[in-house]
Amino acid sequence: MPDTRTRTPGTRSAPAAPDREFTVTERSQGQLVLRRFLQHRAAVVSLGVLVALILLAYVGGLLWKYDPGQYTPDNSVPPSWDHPFGTDSAGRDQFAQVLRGTRISLQVSVSVAVLATLVGTLWGSVAGYFGGKVDTVMMRIADLVLTLPLIAVAAMLSHNFGGSWYLIALVIAGLYWAYVSRVSRGVVLSLREKEFVEAAKALGASDTRIILRHLVPNALGSILVNLTILVALAILLETSLSYLGFGVTPPDTSLGLLVSEAQTALTTRPWLFYFPGLFIIIIALTINFIGDGLRDAFDPQQTKVRQ
Amino acid sequence: MLAFAVRRILYSIPVLIVSSFIIFALGSASADPLAPLREKNPPAPQNVIDAEYVRLHLDQPLLQRYFSWLGGIFTGDFGPSVVSTANIGHDLGDRFLVTIRLIALAMLIALILAVVIGVLTAVKQYSKFDYAATFVGFLFLAMPAFWFAILLKQAGISFNSALGTQAIYTIGQSSVPPPRGAGPYVVDIIGHMILPTISLALISYAAWSRFTRASMLEVMNSDYVRLARAKGLPRRTVMVKHGLRTALIPLTTVTALDIASIIGGAVVTETVFQWKGMGDYLLTAIRTNDVYATASWLLLAATVVIAFNLIADLLYGVLDPRIRYA
Repeated sequence: MPDTRTRTPGTRSAPAAPDREFTVTERSQGQLVLRRFLQHRAAVVSLGVLVALILLAYVGGLLWKYDPGQYTPDNSVPPSWDHPFGTDSAGRDQFAQVLRGTRISLQVSVSVAVLATLVGTLWGSVAGYFGGKVDTVMMRIADLVLTLPLIAVAAMLSHNFGGSWYLIALVIAGLYWAYVSRVSRGVVLSLREKEFVEAAKALGASDTRIILRHLVPNALGSILVNLTILVALAILLETSLSYLGFGVTPPDTSLGLLVSEAQTALTTRPWLFYFPGLFIIIIALTINFIGDGLRDAFDPQQTKVRQ
Repeated sequence: MLAFAVRRILYSIPVLIVSSFIIFALGSASADPLAPLREKNPPAPQNVIDAEYVRLHLDQPLLQRYFSWLGGIFTGDFGPSVVSTANIGHDLGDRFLVTIRLIALAMLIALILAVVIGVLTAVKQYSKFDYAATFVGFLFLAMPAFWFAILLKQAGISFNSALGTQAIYTIGQSSVPPPRGAGPYVVDIIGHMILPTISLALISYAAWSRFTRASMLEVMNSDYVRLARAKGLPRRTVMVKHGLRTALIPLTTVTALDIASIIGGAVVTETVFQWKGMGDYLLTAIRTNDVYATASWLLLAATVVIAFNLIADLLYGVLDPRIRYA
């Protein structure tokens, strides 16, 4: 733990503390969260695996000897040193394909999570903060979105508008924001009764300032946890859409599309089916564990049980 | 209670109407039902296109089309399909009966699994079983539904070829043609349901079992459970009578809220096992720009979701005496 007295001046001007018998070090909220996160072993391991996977997809893809669309002379070879994930019937290297699919799937799901979180958080915070009629109308609109099976509406919309990865991301985000708005509304409802909001109001802060400077930062923990889980949900929805034929279309590719293309060859070229599926599972699994760790870190009372 | 039920039902009606309008407008604005006809090779004659234009009410403005569609539903007419001989209401009804048995059975199995595993992991918190079950749960949460379904289907095919006979059905919702007689017919239906149901149930149970675990842990550490133990009641009695009953109440709401995603999961599962159910109907309707069929499907799904939420709200009141509907 860093000693507060050795801190760079200006960050938090701690007065020169008198020497005490027990040296007490002050910890900021961020340090506490980080400490608790690091104690969650599954989350830390998951974070390591996920970072490694992202590096592999973005950096490894550039360095790998085969390009994703490149036709090699080896048709339908099982995994080997030359082709770690084998090749498809046209001779394309599956490792390069999976790395490209991972990049697109990650881009889709991260864009979805960020977009849906931005819109949903603002929507939910405004509804929760103002309450009354505003709340009723805004949350009814969100409820309307929630009464429909996501995958059905997403399939309908992306059949007519979709194809490229960013359009798919827009479609999915256009449905997921409603979930986020429910979560952030709940948090804001409890926060707005707190004294610091009252104090800000008494000081003459505007509604916009209270929402953006006081409510949203305090709800950040829940929002962040939700964002990670949203990434996992979005990657699963994107793969399902691509499998049904309403997601990313060639020449783009995604992990879901790769599995979908491989399902007829499950007995003859099983490696085409297993590796992209494995990557989907690894990404969604690690993100869920990270989300779990973050939840424990931000709100230890929620999971730690009183003994 | 009755007044509350009536009020909730009345309240659901405007939600359904607004939702149906959005569904219809989105579908109509985004798809051109005549596109497949126009892009046909050789091109369809102009008079055929014109006739279709009128038959599908495309000569009317959107609002008029919407209201005649909505009005027609009350008389069992769900609007014209792009397939001129098809009756959307009739087809959708058939498909609904196929899909509902998959969804109902899968949900039942998933709930039983979720409660059993959730309670066991809570009672034996931080044991090896808890860790193993947690990991398996997370694994299913991270698995794409279709990937697992394809694996199960393949396992079924391998099992059949190892046995040399058709022991497990891997394709379709029933044999074609279905066997004669009530007994063999039911056996045939159940045989076809095994793999899809397992697949959908396993994909769905994990979130609920995590929820049951959390809710059970919370109850087990509450004062009244400690009091019950202090009075000398056996652990098992306290767990089942005091703990489980309370812990399960919030699960009703969670289950009801998840019905939309279960329907989504069923669409994917049905596609893998090539069922002629609601999933296939929706996907075909979307692919052929069948606007009325798509909108009717979504309206049916929305009705089911809203009905489930309604039932959950009412059940909540029955299960939890603290809740009073004034």
